[in-house]
Amino acid sequence: MLTFLRKRALTSLLPLLLVLLGVFVLARLTGNPASLYLPESATPAQRAAFTERNGFDDPIWRQLLDYLGGVLQFDFGTSLRTGEAASTMALRAFPATLQLAAATMIIAIVLAVVIGSWAAYRPNSIADRISSFLSMTAASVPDFWIAIMGIYLFAVVLGVLPTSGTNAGALSWILPVATLAIRPVGVLTQVVRGAMVSALSAPYVRLARSTGAGDVRVVTHQALRNAAAPALTVAGDLTVGLVNGAVVVETIFGWPGIGKLMIDSIVGRDFAVLQAAVLLTAISIFVLNVLIDLGYALLDARVREKAKA
Amino acid sequence: MTATYDLPDAGTGGTAAGTGSVVLDVDGLSVDIRTPQGVVRAVDGVSFGARRGETIALLGESGCGKSMTAQAIVGLLAPVADVSAGEVRLDGTDLVTASRKQRRALAGPEIAIVFQDALTALNPVYTVGYQLAEPFRIHRGMSRKQARTEAIALMKRVGIPEPESRVDNYPHQFSGGMRQRLLIAIAVALSPTVLLADEPTTALDVTVQAQIMQLLTDLRSERDMAVVLITHDLALVSEQADRVVVMYAGTVVEQGPVGEVFGRPRHPYTKGLLDSVPAGATRGSDLRSIGGSPPELQDIPAACVYQDRCPLVQDICRTERPAPRHVGTDHASACHFSEEVSR
Ligand SMILES: Nc1ncnc2c1ncn2[C@@H]1O[C@H](COP(=O)(O)OP(=O)(O)OP(=O)(O)O)[C@@H](O)[C@H]1O
Ligand code: SF4
Ligand SMILES: [Mg+2]
Repeated sequence: MLTFLRKRALTSLLPLLLVLLGVFVLARLTGNPASLYLPESATPAQRAAFTERNGFDDPIWRQLLDYLGGVLQFDFGTSLRTGEAASTMALRAFPATLQLAAATMIIAIVLAVVIGSWAAYRPNSIADRISSFLSMTAASVPDFWIAIMGIYLFAVVLGVLPTSGTNAGALSWILPVATLAIRPVGVLTQVVRGAMVSALSAPYVRLARSTGAGDVRVVTHQALRNAAAPALTVAGDLTVGLVNGAVVVETIFGWPGIGKLMIDSIVGRDFAVLQAAVLLTAISIFVLNVLIDLGYALLDARVREKAKA
Repeated sequence: MTATYDLPDAGTGGTAAGTGSVVLDVDGLSVDIRTPQGVVRAVDGVSFGARRGETIALLGESGCGKSMTAQAIVGLLAPVADVSAGEVRLDGTDLVTASRKQRRALAGPEIAIVFQDALTALNPVYTVGYQLAEPFRIHRGMSRKQARTEAIALMKRVGIPEPESRVDNYPHQFSGGMRQRLLIAIAVALSPTVLLADEPTTALDVTVQAQIMQLLTDLRSERDMAVVLITHDLALVSEQADRVVVMYAGTVVEQGPVGEVFGRPRHPYTKGLLDSVPAGATRGSDLRSIGGSPPELQDIPAACVYQDRCPLVQDICRTERPAPRHVGTDHASACHFSEEVSR
């Protein structure tokens, strides 16, 4: 297991570096932050001093090496906006996103397993067709559109939910989570349905029935575990996708998470914070992938054997 | 006597002639399949009975409806297929009209099946111990621990070495022969009255085949079961079975004691089968084609199903379906000219 983790960590190091490099270079292409942080009336001397202090006049490879050198010592730079350590800001924003993602995925998985299994139980029944139609629709509407319609309907017209922020307790969760969950629910329901349809027609289900297993037992004691692996793959991809969704949703709903932090730092040309946020996101995606691999191994002995080999 | 069937033990039938009462009574069983081209009949009026302690063989070429018949008996047909007529009486209870709950209660303790797809029938993500324990947990309400003990005992009984350690292994860690033993173990777990075995040795090599058949025979005597052995292997039938039911195109064309049917076939199809096996053939040889091939399901003639391949065909064969008639004690043939066969 440890060698497996080490292998996994090594193979993800390169993509991680590439992402960081990309963000580093792209951010700097947007121009010198000096004009944003100094008053209109700043003298060229003041500008030069600001630029010099933050190292923006060095060639980009020099800046990159300085940055990587810092990263190796867990120094991720300081925020131009607040003067705080960039890592502190990223870590502070992270839990809000994590909670949002966790709530979203828990709801999505529960709904998808229940609806998907139910639809798979009688393929092509009315129930199956209705759920297929709904899940297909849910899987294909853009989340910003849902967000805006949601705000308009529930916050502006009906006035029952807050438009943004986290101050309204449980109520503040409803719109962001619903917005983020709708696509995963749709996609996952279809995956669970497909996986369950094939699991339920597999020979081992017939074997179980031949020993007197009833409908519920066939699902819970045989088919569900087989259907879990494909669902896990897609759930993992969807969770990674949530990070993109979080940028939109957190900005629209004023949710103080890592997505909002990214947008704010892009707007504010706050390079160090942006880089820290991206790095943290990439690391959490890596951790997520490891968890998914562990999940596979837990579900299927054949995967465990391959990992050992 | 023109049968030239030259096989070990030919004509003597199995070892223990069934003397018990008929426990499985299949009567006029028909199965329809819904296909995109319309409804076709895969099993048409099949009747036979099986006694405790007896092995009855369902014999016929691929596609003649053997598996469909078995699946209809245990009530586990594919979703596209339905029983359209007939009864399956198990100790007097008709399984066709029984409620799902009743059937579930009988599946395992009274009637069990070893399916044809032995090598893929076990669930790949559960240990074999888990799967062997299921019948005990479902029907006897045993705890995991109790059922595990039973599973180990069962593995030992069917000849799996080191059952205490192998109980926690997964299906892919077992050879084909061992997997077939595990499936047999699951089927006999609750000592059913009737055991259907659908081609239990087809996917295995010859030495393993013999071991599996020996195991089935031993279990049959030990638990006093009626065994329905489905096969297209003539040698297996002559070695293992007491009675044989010969199927063609979804119908029973001839049935009776193995010795009598193989010694003096009374249906041209049975005779064709026997003649097509070269003298001295050994176990495992498939049925050779008789010339021509069986009709597709949608082309099965309304009169005699064998008319297109039959050397004795007459006009009446093309207009009237021959009903099964007694041609000896317990021996029946569905042919207008059964007297002329074997002559
Ligand atoms: N799911 C299905 N859909 C359509 N036709 C089917 C289906 N299953 C079986 N059939 C057809 O029903 C007929 C009987 O099939 P069955 O499986 O009972 O044959 P069999 O005698 O067991 O043959 P084999 O020796 O190959 O196992 C065949 O013609 C087959 O093509
Ligand atoms: S009824 Fe006629 S065609 Fe059919 S098997 Fe007998 S002789 Fe042949
Ligand atoms: Mg078959």
